[in-house]
Amino acid sequence: MIDLSQLDITVAVSGLKTGDNPQPGVPVIRSIRAAGFTGKIIGFVYDAMESGIYLEGIADEVYQMPYPSTGASSFLARLDYILSNSKIDVIIPTLDSEIPIYIRLEKELLERGIHTFLPTEEQFNLRDKIKLSQFFPPKGVDIPKTHLLQSADQIIKLSEEMVFPVIIKGRLYEAYKAYNVFEAQKYFYELQAKWGLPIIMQEIINGDEFNVVIVGDGKGGCLGMVPQRKLVITDKGKGFGGVVVKNPGLESYARKVIEALSWRGPCELEIMKDEEGVFYLIEINPRFPAWVRLAEGCGQNQPAATVLLALGKEDVDLQPFRPGTLFIRHAEDIISDISLLGDISVNGELIRTEVKK
Amino acid sequence: MKKTYTAPYIERNSAGNLNKYAHTTVVRHQDNIDNVPIRDLIEAHGSPLFVFSERQIRRTYRRLRDTIRIHYPLADITWSYKTNYLSAICNIFHQEGAPAEVVSGMEYELARHNGISGDNIYFNGPSKRKSDLSRAISEGARIHIDHLEELYLIEKIADELGITPKVAIRMNMDTGISPLWTRFGFNYENGEAYRTVQRMVSGGKMKLCGLHTHIGTFILDPNAYYWAATKMLNFAQTIKDSFNIVVEYIDLGGGFASQNTLIDQYTPGELASPSFEQYAEAIGNAFNASVFVKEHHPRLILETGRVLIDESGYLIASVLGKKNLPTGERAVILDAGVNINITAWWYKQRVLPTKPFPGSYQNTVFYGPLCMNIDVIRSAMPFPDLYYGDTVLISPVGAYNVTQWMQFIEYRPNVCLISETGQVDVIREREDMSDMTSREYIPEHLRKV
Amino acid sequence: MNTDQLMTLAVNKNGFIFDPENGISYTVNDTGLFILNQMQKGLEQDAILQLLVDEYDVNIEHARSDMEHYMGMLKALRLVED
Repeated sequence: MIDLSQLDITVAVSGLKTGDNPQPGVPVIRSIRAAGFTGKIIGFVYDAMESGIYLEGIADEVYQMPYPSTGASSFLARLDYILSNSKIDVIIPTLDSEIPIYIRLEKELLERGIHTFLPTEEQFNLRDKIKLSQFFPPKGVDIPKTHLLQSADQIIKLSEEMVFPVIIKGRLYEAYKAYNVFEAQKYFYELQAKWGLPIIMQEIINGDEFNVVIVGDGKGGCLGMVPQRKLVITDKGKGFGGVVVKNPGLESYARKVIEALSWRGPCELEIMKDEEGVFYLIEINPRFPAWVRLAEGCGQNQPAATVLLALGKEDVDLQPFRPGTLFIRHAEDIISDISLLGDISVNGELIRTEVKK
Repeated sequence: MKKTYTAPYIERNSAGNLNKYAHTTVVRHQDNIDNVPIRDLIEAHGSPLFVFSERQIRRTYRRLRDTIRIHYPLADITWSYKTNYLSAICNIFHQEGAPAEVVSGMEYELARHNGISGDNIYFNGPSKRKSDLSRAISEGARIHIDHLEELYLIEKIADELGITPKVAIRMNMDTGISPLWTRFGFNYENGEAYRTVQRMVSGGKMKLCGLHTHIGTFILDPNAYYWAATKMLNFAQTIKDSFNIVVEYIDLGGGFASQNTLIDQYTPGELASPSFEQYAEAIGNAFNASVFVKEHHPRLILETGRVLIDESGYLIASVLGKKNLPTGERAVILDAGVNINITAWWYKQRVLPTKPFPGSYQNTVFYGPLCMNIDVIRSAMPFPDLYYGDTVLISPVGAYNVTQWMQFIEYRPNVCLISETGQVDVIREREDMSDMTSREYIPEHLRKV
Repeated sequence: MNTDQLMTLAVNKNGFIFDPENGISYTVNDTGLFILNQMQKGLEQDAILQLLVDEYDVNIEHARSDMEHYMGMLKALRLVED
């Protein structure tokens, strides 16, 4: 078991939104706390309405951050301000769009005493949705038939070779099932406006969906791996319940993916098994998933391990997971006061001195 | 002591806009370019004003050349005229040793006007006229053949002049990126490029010196150059094996991304664009793994204009007015629009205040002076309060603007160069009425109004 | 000018404003708060303008133009009416 009770450091975690499309920050913090961590935890948020801000016992301090799209100088300026209030030893970013800035600024962060455990830029780029279909098939990892779209007209041309419904995906976020050319074009324009080009058009693999949370060691190995099958899926396609499975074929497939990339740090693989039993890689998310507490629950506290790995500990030993461990997500309402919203939105920060250390 | 003033501002809160650091791209101001105060520049040369930094241009050129040569020493970086063909700018690159890369008869003439000899010019582009080709061939320029009609024309000219033209074949190929640029030259994968060389050899009228490609623009994936180089070097080997012709150079064209951020790109350019080192490594890996390179040592040619000039160019503009939009955003009207800063259509350019400001932001849209809705220099970004006559600094604008700018309802402004000694020279004068009328002819019956 | 709606607002000293009737909140900056406070005291625009110029480092011409913009924003948000 990983024990962080003797660790006197400050950990920052981003992405505190919970609710219907939850970000992984709050579960990551809960897992770190569950490993006995009593040091300070700082939450990085982008919006004053992120629900995790209002939860007691999660983040001792909360700071608003500039969006990654605003660039390195504003990001570092904000970080330096925060560091004037509090040191930070480890940051675990949990949102896809912020991973590149943390990778590029690794040196600047280290100069400030901040450690991360993230992939290299090359590893990160290879798992880009637009790269998967080029990189993986030669390595023996199957990918569903994929086309990169630069214009909505291409959908008409491709409609002859693709079987509808298809999946239309944005480069960074969001995916929609489109049942015909018209729908596909509608999603194309929506996603283009939000996330830019190219747009990904992918065949749908019918079968069983598995998700795997992994911490890669950066040398081709997996320090931890927990596969689950979703049991409850919301109308937005989010897994709100799942069970840990023991499937040697799935595990060796997932290991092959991580080995091909030499992935370093946390990630989530989305894998489909079709009716013939062939595995397909759908996506690699370059961070923990929101269901990462299932890993903690089945015996592998991967967020706590990541804190140690970021600090450079090499003998981090994660236990085998217990298949059959179940998670069911529930939502509840937090009661607060409008003044708290006022504080965070005007000051850009919230310092909870009353949270016990 | 009075308090520091900022314009009064109120914003309605809603989920999604509750972040005062949300878009703080503006965390600093810039009141000078290479230590020349912006206020002095505007006072002396008017507003709007393009300013180029000679120091930055030279430094960037040397850095790119040196970085490429670390990975492959036999490399030349040409100056791509279309990116910015003000003669003073071209000559900075030529002084640094850059050959000229031109894409039209007009650009060819300009390079010759700048004193560049024909044998130091690479002639690209899809539309070379017969007269352009005759001149270029007789002066020893290298002609990069784009299509078969051009090949036939060159054969005819070779006969007429009794010269063996020096040529390269333009190729297109799959380099793993999208969109795939297939309009320039001959396709590699389907054998078109090979058949073109075969046809050229059977004609026996020209000397195949090189291979050229132009894989795209603003290429954010350096590996695309690895694949381009690998395929071209394989093709060079094929030509050697089939026709016993050894090409002297491999021209990988242009397309390196500057630090600008594409309009529909989420990650900012400074984080998304590869470094010189990343491009150089990808190209170097291909060259250093090639048997053809080991045996024949071809030169590597690059024509990548944007990265060499974009960051060295600035546009200073002045505030003409401001208004509140119904969306709650502040609109600022500048005296420079997309008429002179056309790349604002492609990039989210950096807009900086030119004086210190207290930390209060309003969502601000920057419009130009045109009577068109599309005249947007920068979509909404939080910006400190501006007042009539204040200036802003827009960058990077060094690439493509002073070539693609248009004379639409406004004269084109002065363009200045700050030399390495700090001297400021006007390198292109502000236009006046004579630029409008000197080429016009009014028929007799229309002279009186 | 009708400032009835403005009078119902709960304005905190940091510039966070809550409209308890409609459940809407607003954020104002330093000078925006200054003007709002004076308006809630019932001062006329000219008097507020003078106070603004006394308090802040700005000339009256600049401040008047900004104040007109600000009044435009308040009207657009229906916090004041003509």
